[in-house]
Amino acid sequence: MAKTITQEFTKGLWAEIAPFRLVLGLCPVLGVTTTMENGIGMGIATTFVLLCSNILVSALRNIIPQKVRIACFIIIIATFVIVVELVMQAYAYPLFLKLGLFIPLIVVNCIVLGRAEAFAYKNGLLFSMADGLGIGIGFTLSLAALGGVREVLGTGTFYGASVFGPSFQPFEFMIQAPGAFVCLGLMLCIMNLFE
Amino acid sequence: MSELGYFSIIISTIFVNNILLAKFLGNCPFLGTSKKMETAVGMAMAVVFVLVMAGAITWVIYYLFLLPFDLVYLRTIAFILVIASLVQFVELFLKKSIPALYAGLGIFLPLITTNCAVLGACVINIDEELGFLKSLVASFGFAVGFGVALILFAGVRERITLARVPKPLQDTSIGLITAGIIALAFFSFKGMV
Repeated sequence: MAKTITQEFTKGLWAEIAPFRLVLGLCPVLGVTTTMENGIGMGIATTFVLLCSNILVSALRNIIPQKVRIACFIIIIATFVIVVELVMQAYAYPLFLKLGLFIPLIVVNCIVLGRAEAFAYKNGLLFSMADGLGIGIGFTLSLAALGGVREVLGTGTFYGASVFGPSFQPFEFMIQAPGAFVCLGLMLCIMNLFE
Repeated sequence: MSELGYFSIIISTIFVNNILLAKFLGNCPFLGTSKKMETAVGMAMAVVFVLVMAGAITWVIYYLFLLPFDLVYLRTIAFILVIASLVQFVELFLKKSIPALYAGLGIFLPLITTNCAVLGACVINIDEELGFLKSLVASFGFAVGFGVALILFAGVRERITLARVPKPLQDTSIGLITAGIIALAFFSFKGMV
């Protein structure tokens, strides 16, 4: 393994930032980012699941048989998703209601399964932890960025605080479904410009 | 949704609450398999096939096993396991008995396990407290809505490959913006049901 743990961690933040580079796990990216708060909440929930599933898959990688590995990964991931679901229901109920359907759907988020299959199943515990944390934080940052842009334009607030004052006419379009696609497309374009 | 009639449920799930463009579920296959018309049609058929079956089975599991035994918190894990094994089963069954259909759907079937449209639609059916027949109809509608949006999008995307797109906008970026415009078109159905 030529890469160091730090490199495994930082690659998730820019070089392989999940929603933009890999175009995976788009459903929550588009679905919950009407405000920045929702985006961050979803990001943290996904990061937790990703980190825990990476750790467990990596620790069990010598026991899990090759042929049924996908089923095993799904059970591990689903277990942690239920943990997140119950914890959020108990301690962050308003956020739980807002994210709603998208919390159980972390199970089928391709990023989580993708990292288990592509990374954690082949690498050691520490590396997998760094990878999970890095990709998770990258995912949270992208959700926060998209949520921030959509919230500022769509409702004229930034993390709940008013930006443009009361005379601002918000672009309803941005917080509706079509705005999510267009906004993500344009952000991807801006990212490509910087390459 | 539970007070709607069967026809209204179909209209609502295909157009008004389109699972791809209004509920944001199943976006990975939406962008992944829409570059060619053939793959889009294959994916759409596979989703219709699996989603209707998954809708029926998850309903039975939820109301006959999870609810009476107070195991509702296991819903996510139970549903995903059912869907994963259903997909495997369907794959084996098709391979043995209908090879022609298997050849068509083959590579798309395993992808469906991680298609959140399937799990999402099952969870929506339960959350809306639909009866058995209504949740079958709703699953069918969601799946058809997925297929319609996917095939429309693939048609547009095939034309885009011939267009001269600015470099930073190429591929996924222009794809997402196109999807946004299609979503805008579907947006006009809002308020119909």
